[in-house]
Amino acid sequence: MILVWLIVILLVAGVLAGFAGRVNTLWPRVISLVAVSIDFVLSLILWSENSSRVQLFPQRKWIEQVDWTWIPRFGIHFHLAMDGLSLLLIVLTFLLGIMSVLISWKEIQKGVGFFHFNLMWILAGILGVFLAVDLFLFYFAWELMLVPMYFLIAIWGHERRIYAAVKFFLFTQLSGLLMLIAILTLYFTHHRETGVYSFEYKDLLGTVLTPHTAMLVMLGFFVAFAVKLPMFPFHTWLPDAHTEAPTAGSVILAGLLLKTGAYGMLRFVVPLFPDAAHAFAPVAMTLAVIGIVYGAVLAFGQTDLKRLVAYTSVSHLGFVLLGIFAWNELALQGALIGMIAHGISTGALFMLVGGLQERTHTREMDRLKGLWATVPVMSGTMLFFALASIGLPGLGDFVGEFLTLLGTYRVSIGLTLVAAIGILISTLYALKVIQRALHGPNTHEWSIPDLGARELLIMIPMMLILLWLGLYPQPVLRTFEPAMHKLQEYAKPHPVLTLNPSVRALSYNGRLPEIKGK
Amino acid sequence: MFHLVWLIPAFPIASFLVLAIFGTRLSKKAVPLFGVGSIALSAVVSILIMFRFLTSPPPGNHYTQILWTWVDVGGFKPQIAFYLDALSVLMTLVVTCVGFLIHLYSAEFMQEDEGYSRFFAYMNLFVASMCTLLLGNNLLLLFLGWEGVGLCSYLLIGFWYRDPANGLAARKAFIVTRVGDTAMTMGLFLLFDKLGTLQIQDLMHQALLHWAVGSPYAVAAALLLLGGAVGKSAQLPLQTWLPDAMAGPTPTSALIHAATMVTAGVYLIARTHILFSLAPSAQFAVAVVGAATLILAGFSALTQPDIKRILAYSTISQIGYMFLALGVGAWSAALFHFMTHAFFKALLFLGAGVIIESLHHEHNIFKMGGLRKELPLAFWTFLAAGCSLAGLPLITAGFYSKGLIIWDTWSSAQGSHVLWFAAVIGVLLTSLYTFRLIFVVFFGEVKTPVHKRPGLRMMVPCVILAVLSVVGGFLDTPPFLGGVHSFTDFMHLALPVMTEGPAGGMTEILSESFVTLAFLVGLYLAYFFYVQKREYAEKLTAPAIGKALHQFWLSDWGMDWLYERVFVRPIIWIARVDKQDFVDNIYSGMALLTEFCYRGVRKTETGRIRWYAAGIAAGSIIFVAIVLFL
Repeated sequence: MILVWLIVILLVAGVLAGFAGRVNTLWPRVISLVAVSIDFVLSLILWSENSSRVQLFPQRKWIEQVDWTWIPRFGIHFHLAMDGLSLLLIVLTFLLGIMSVLISWKEIQKGVGFFHFNLMWILAGILGVFLAVDLFLFYFAWELMLVPMYFLIAIWGHERRIYAAVKFFLFTQLSGLLMLIAILTLYFTHHRETGVYSFEYKDLLGTVLTPHTAMLVMLGFFVAFAVKLPMFPFHTWLPDAHTEAPTAGSVILAGLLLKTGAYGMLRFVVPLFPDAAHAFAPVAMTLAVIGIVYGAVLAFGQTDLKRLVAYTSVSHLGFVLLGIFAWNELALQGALIGMIAHGISTGALFMLVGGLQERTHTREMDRLKGLWATVPVMSGTMLFFALASIGLPGLGDFVGEFLTLLGTYRVSIGLTLVAAIGILISTLYALKVIQRALHGPNTHEWSIPDLGARELLIMIPMMLILLWLGLYPQPVLRTFEPAMHKLQEYAKPHPVLTLNPSVRALSYNGRLPEIKGK
Repeated sequence: MFHLVWLIPAFPIASFLVLAIFGTRLSKKAVPLFGVGSIALSAVVSILIMFRFLTSPPPGNHYTQILWTWVDVGGFKPQIAFYLDALSVLMTLVVTCVGFLIHLYSAEFMQEDEGYSRFFAYMNLFVASMCTLLLGNNLLLLFLGWEGVGLCSYLLIGFWYRDPANGLAARKAFIVTRVGDTAMTMGLFLLFDKLGTLQIQDLMHQALLHWAVGSPYAVAAALLLLGGAVGKSAQLPLQTWLPDAMAGPTPTSALIHAATMVTAGVYLIARTHILFSLAPSAQFAVAVVGAATLILAGFSALTQPDIKRILAYSTISQIGYMFLALGVGAWSAALFHFMTHAFFKALLFLGAGVIIESLHHEHNIFKMGGLRKELPLAFWTFLAAGCSLAGLPLITAGFYSKGLIIWDTWSSAQGSHVLWFAAVIGVLLTSLYTFRLIFVVFFGEVKTPVHKRPGLRMMVPCVILAVLSVVGGFLDTPPFLGGVHSFTDFMHLALPVMTEGPAGGMTEILSESFVTLAFLVGLYLAYFFYVQKREYAEKLTAPAIGKALHQFWLSDWGMDWLYERVFVRPIIWIARVDKQDFVDNIYSGMALLTEFCYRGVRKTETGRIRWYAAGIAAGSIIFVAIVLFL
């Protein structure tokens, strides 16, 4: 029941904030902040309760769940459920939600009510995505995230906001439609096999498909999630959307929306279609590695600070995709830590860039230059998060990338090497940011205020979390562990995946699909 | 006593945090209190641990302190744990003690700088990372320290950030060493994949169990670790960053780029010596890299006019000796040279700092001269260190440590006469460039007047290091000079004894005589060219061949030139050309195509009934035709 409350609080707060916006600009902010904070506390309570009974996990299917019949004729349920994976992502959602409200405190001055309405509803949509285990409900939530995000970019964005918003909408919408087709195919196939109409995740897990259909249906899901992730070559919406969105929008896009893509891969693509996914794994991993290197090179080439940070996401999410398709314990745990750490470090970088833009009215690095002397605290903070994003040991991103590569090494040495070179290229862009924006002579004679109390309140916890993830990630890993074992169990039985050096994308080796254990 | 080991990195970390958070608000007096005081405390703990280690060693001569489990996933279980044995105790002791002296020196040297607290914050973070590197009981924790020292090196090289040239040097250092680190991470993946642990002692044990001598896995792993080591220790082919790293404040060069961080590669190889013993070809590669580097860097040092760059090439060259020693299995000789080198090279940099400060930041040795009378204390300490570096026989530490390496290169079963010869030539070069430096800077007439004299806090560390540069060598002497073996005996608690091969007509005393001869030839040449007949030195570079060679060595054998063209420019070019991301053209193309079709179809919407009727008729005919014929 608490799961429903988590969502309802956000939806109601959104509506209230929308109306309160007519009174003044403070109320919507306060309402949103209180609502997300309550949710955050609730999610922490859920986490702490469950970490104490961690031994019980393997026997229990879900940590929490709510299952109401919604449209019985079509087998549609309002079914929310939570395991360790969704729990961690929900905690991250609320954390970044709070930060987004705080970071918009000064930046957003027009349409405050509607802005917060959109913010709350995006968060609610994301929550729905992380919690829904009915595929119809999942699709519903997937689309629910999209529309308010579109408004957020199109109304409160920067110069090219309409272009960016439309591009974002088209990419997500078209790929979402592919997923809808895939869901319906699965739904009807399941009906043909069992005579029962059901969108239920658990029911659909056992659906037997011919290898050919399985591959096509899997690709339907895969493309939708790959666009969101984003995977090379579907990444081109991301720099535009991230750059043009207001700071809160960029934070939510990078920190959370991208993670829904990764979540979808983990929750649906591999467990629903283990054989097809494994046949496809070499392609996915290759594209992931291309994304890692290509994203880093593109980031290095940018002169717009925000665009640079946006491209780093392409690179970092490449690691997540790589970890998911390497599909062993090390790589999966690495991907998960990577998702969370990326949400924090990149989110913080977007906030800092937003703060700089607010102060200097530019994002061009050549116009910034030599800021260290005038804003030492901000510069030091930026250095910290830039170092996190190049995978400096001791900070969260390192644990994610290292575990991912450690797991990937077992599957493919070549891809591991290329990905490791990707980390090397990440050094180039991070140092470029520091050099161009912070170091050098202050030729433009900037004299701007340093981080204020509100901004420090945002930055300090995020730094502490990255340090915590980097030095003692065990609580997070332990929370995810049972969920991961469950996911791996769904994805069985299948022969141990071995990759040939030559990528055999669409060959099944005459393997018949097997009934998956439940 | 040993359980206090965690304090060694903890003090500097705490001080780093204080300085990083409250640094700008602290007074000029409070900053060194934290910055220097924390290192002093670490040094005290290290000394106590060393003392305890000598008087009542722990069982098995090693001690592990586990703080917490870092990660525990699928059999991968690295811990935050510190490991004490003779190797780590010795290196930690040198790092904290030399580090303390350099911090003390910096308290005065950096006094007038606006980034006073920032400087100490970075330096403290460095010492903490370096100690973590040395004390970590697994390769992942070692790697944490490894990257940490790299970061601090980057931050300190670019410390004076207003000058973009410093930033460039800093980035170069970070990126080049990270190239090596990429190889090293691959090595870690390989080791974990094959042996299932990264805990160093377990790893070595497993390697012995599972891999035969010469096993391809052992060779691959050793070579990958060597990749990391050559990056950090500025050996061929990744040495190009170190001379540029001299852009940082001089105490930084003394601490990071001479005494401690650059020897991390030596530590890594010594720490994983069992792996290298299992991979003779990789170990031979270590020796070859060391020998080649020591010669090449020696020639480069001969041509440099910048006092700090001479010392930088000298560092590269001396670490080459340590690599050579590691490569022939003379483990303890490598560590002996590490220790004496830490003393005299730190002092040389500190002395250079004194000179540079007192001459209005002049770096060019040819604009210096006659400083012997002007800065007598600096001269005598610098001379002591210089003699130690060049290996002045009998009384300097450098003579004993280098002589030991050179003799071991001959006498070791893995050694060879060619390597021995290279090492002796290296002595000649070292002696030549060292005395070139000393004669040009301290003798002759005064060229730039001295405007500032160093105070007590700068000279006390110099004097202490000068004493150590001399007496440090008496810990281990050849049989014909007392035959003291205390250093070697101590190292053998952690490192194996070198296997000797056939001596082939050479004796230790003969080898030392050759070393002495090489030293004297170098000294004489320096005296001849830079004191007696100074014009001859210019005549050497006058002809085209001399000029070309001079230029070639000055530019570090053209390697920067090569890397610039092979790696740097292509990457920058690609990044610039593809700034707009050509993949996006596919999607823009689709958008254009849609718009094109839309315009085409729009043309048919004319509003004329005739056209519509004709269209309907044509359409019907086509459909009927399709139905009929298909």
